[in-house]
Amino acid sequence: MKITTKLWIGLVILIILSPLGLILPARFKAGSAWGEWGTEEMKSLVGYIPRGFEKLSKLWNAPLSDYAFKDSGARGLAHLSLAYIVSAVLGIAVVAAVMLLIGKVLSKKGD
Amino acid sequence: MHIPDGYLGPTTCGVFYALMLPVWAFASRIVKKTLNAKQVPLLAIGAAFSFVIMMFNVPIPGGTTGHAVGGVLVAVLLGPWAACIAITVALVVQALLFGDGGITAIGANCFNMAFTLPFAGFFIYKLISYNSPINSNRRVIAAGIAGYLALNLAGALTGFEFGIQPLLHKTASGQALYCPYGLKAALPAMIGEHLLIFGWVEALVTALAVKYLQKQSPELLREK
Repeated sequence: MKITTKLWIGLVILIILSPLGLILPARFKAGSAWGEWGTEEMKSLVGYIPRGFEKLSKLWNAPLSDYAFKDSGARGLAHLSLAYIVSAVLGIAVVAAVMLLIGKVLSKKGD
Repeated sequence: MHIPDGYLGPTTCGVFYALMLPVWAFASRIVKKTLNAKQVPLLAIGAAFSFVIMMFNVPIPGGTTGHAVGGVLVAVLLGPWAACIAITVALVVQALLFGDGGITAIGANCFNMAFTLPFAGFFIYKLISYNSPINSNRRVIAAGIAGYLALNLAGALTGFEFGIQPLLHKTASGQALYCPYGLKAALPAMIGEHLLIFGWVEALVTALAVKYLQKQSPELLREK
């Protein structure tokens, strides 16, 4: 088996395991990453919402924000895990496709 | 380590975009000169690997979470310039599709994770593994140490960027406009958690992957 095939299989295994990145923090009651708090959390931490933060933080509304569907949060950890796996598949597909394209443009032809 | 929109002021965002533009341009030129068509699939796998490994949030019980970047491994396999492009692609997709890291902070996030991390990791790995046989344990250890130190360096840089915000942007009444925590809070928080937990994750990922490739595909580890 070619090494690239083996590595792709490795990536598939990582995709399947990816919900661990969601379940373990929930299990161990770990909150947001440092400096990645939302507006509400920011307010409870420092007592106010910094003005520039309030404006800029709404700048971009990502389609799959936090690797979840819009209603995933309300539907529990199992649904969140599924959304996480879908996000991983989609993200890997887009990242690999963009990288193949860039690589094709940049790489030397022939060898 | 993905700085969201709203934490960095316009000055910091602008400076890091300005710093990254020539890096991206230079990286494209270097990669254009050195990358073989045969290496392109590996580059795509590297970018995808970095993307997915960052989804593995590791908790500090009762505290925060963090993750590895996988960028040191990509740098060891394909060189730091190719790694820079691969991690940039992963970070841009994370920001645009998944809101992980801000649009305004792409310059800063790429400087930390797509530039500093692979370059620091690459040179530390080279230094420690210098002249060692491809299948030696020294290479596995070098990969681990490079992963640990490079992730810590990127974490510290992130803490510094957070921490200088209150110095740069304040209202007349003294309220912060962007990240409200100064260097005294941001630096120890970011450095501490990476020294304690997340650095080890990058170390483990990098070392185990090098160990695996020594057995499965040693030609990938040959000097570049």
